Amino acid sequence: MLCQICKKNEATVHYTKIVNGDIEELHLCEQCAMNKEIEFDSTFSFHKLLSGLMDNIQGELPFKEIQTLKCPFCGMDYEQFKKVGKFGCAQCYETFKSNLSPIFKSIHGHDRHTGKVPVRANIQVAKMKKIEKLREKLKEHVAREEYEQAAILRDKIKELEKGLD
Amino acid sequence: MVKWIDGDASDEDVVVSTRIRMARNLRNYRFPQRMSIQEAENITQEVLNVMKDLPPGVNYKFYKINSLSPIERISYIEEHLISPGLINRPDYSSFLLKDDETATIMINEEDHLRIQVLYPGLNFEKAWESINEIDNFLESKLDYAYHDKFGYLTACPTNVGTGIRASVMVHLPALSIIGQVDGLIRGFQKIGLAVRGLYGEGTKAYGDLYQISNQTTLGEEEEEIIKRLKGIIYQTVNKERDVRNNLLSSRKYEIEDRIYRSYGVLKYARRISSKEAMQHLSNVRLGIEMGIIKDIGFKEIEKITIGIQPGSIQKYANRDLDNNERDIIRAKYIRERL
Repeated sequence: MLCQICKKNEATVHYTKIVNGDIEELHLCEQCAMNKEIEFDSTFSFHKLLSGLMDNIQGELPFKEIQTLKCPFCGMDYEQFKKVGKFGCAQCYETFKSNLSPIFKSIHGHDRHTGKVPVRANIQVAKMKKIEKLREKLKEHVAREEYEQAAILRDKIKELEKGLD
Repeated sequence: MVKWIDGDASDEDVVVSTRIRMARNLRNYRFPQRMSIQEAENITQEVLNVMKDLPPGVNYKFYKINSLSPIERISYIEEHLISPGLINRPDYSSFLLKDDETATIMINEEDHLRIQVLYPGLNFEKAWESINEIDNFLESKLDYAYHDKFGYLTACPTNVGTGIRASVMVHLPALSIIGQVDGLIRGFQKIGLAVRGLYGEGTKAYGDLYQISNQTTLGEEEEEIIKRLKGIIYQTVNKERDVRNNLLSSRKYEIEDRIYRSYGVLKYARRISSKEAMQHLSNVRLGIEMGIIKDIGFKEIEKITIGIQPGSIQKYANRDLDNNERDIIRAKYIRERL
């Protein structure tokens, strides 16, 4: 088997990572394994491996495109993110979203949060649902040419939308 | 000092403490690594404003890192009340400590907020209940960075999702005597748990004390993460107890000798390094756990274990000490308590 990184030398270092039962294998030649500073003992750290992971991950966007992305809020670009292995702000998640799922999958074995939801986020969702309902009612009133009621609903919707992000 | 140890506890013969921490960030600020000192100040003020609305009877005290002396900073870490990462940038960071020391809200560590709860023994139920309550209180007033798909957003991709790290500190001297700790650690790592030394990431395991925690934070519910860890801890606790019983029947004199020699050294030594003291304290702790030593309890040993660390011993002496002086005062400190 050839090394997955250089694709030239025979792979002699075989590395298996198991996260929550999902198995991921990496086959490298000695040189590439050393270059990646992958440690096979107990001091193995995610941080060191992260940029290695990111080099080998195929996200939605090709490398050339993702390389040009820059977070509008904190100025972090993909190259920097790879180097420090940390996000600069919450907005970075939105900026690099297209390529994050494979990174998260390789770290956590999953890419979707299933736990706690902030009450505020729930309020937002509830508001959005309410707005949707009001819009439907608004349409009905307009269809029935009940413009006075329609105007009241329109103002209500506007008021609700103000509170949304 | 070190009040959190005094609470009610179960399984203290193996589990020293249970801790949960949560990473949280505010939406409209850059994460601490990239923010300005002004942003750091604004976040601190926002959090302090929120804390004014705490229900009556709940009291926190506020500490700025740059207003604490270096010795005080280190001793808070040694008491497990703040993380080592919090003191890296003293002008940015601060913390709120609950009066019974069971909860800390760290401001501007790697994330804007790191909430921690800490209880003696094995107590995930209480720990989860309290941290969830603190988090609910904060999030009702602060605008958390939250993403529909990725959950709570954190500076490091290894914390995203729940932002939760649940951990226990376990004392595994018997497994260590029969040489099974390394194998156990490898086993933990295979099922996605992390094993660390006394003071977290990158620190050494002294005195047969190990911190075991969940490694992944995304894709499982908080309570599932805790339940899974708890199951593994129960197994570990039972295994350690079995080995202790076996040792007591098969190698009684060797074990007793080991325990009483350590007790003797600690009782009479005039100079002792923290590394040596930790090993003897581990043996004495084993003696208490096996019912061999009866005139001292787990909580006293835990307090001594914390009190002899380099920062705490200097805080006790109330001045800077060089290595030699530290060893002398450490020995005195232990003698006075055994």
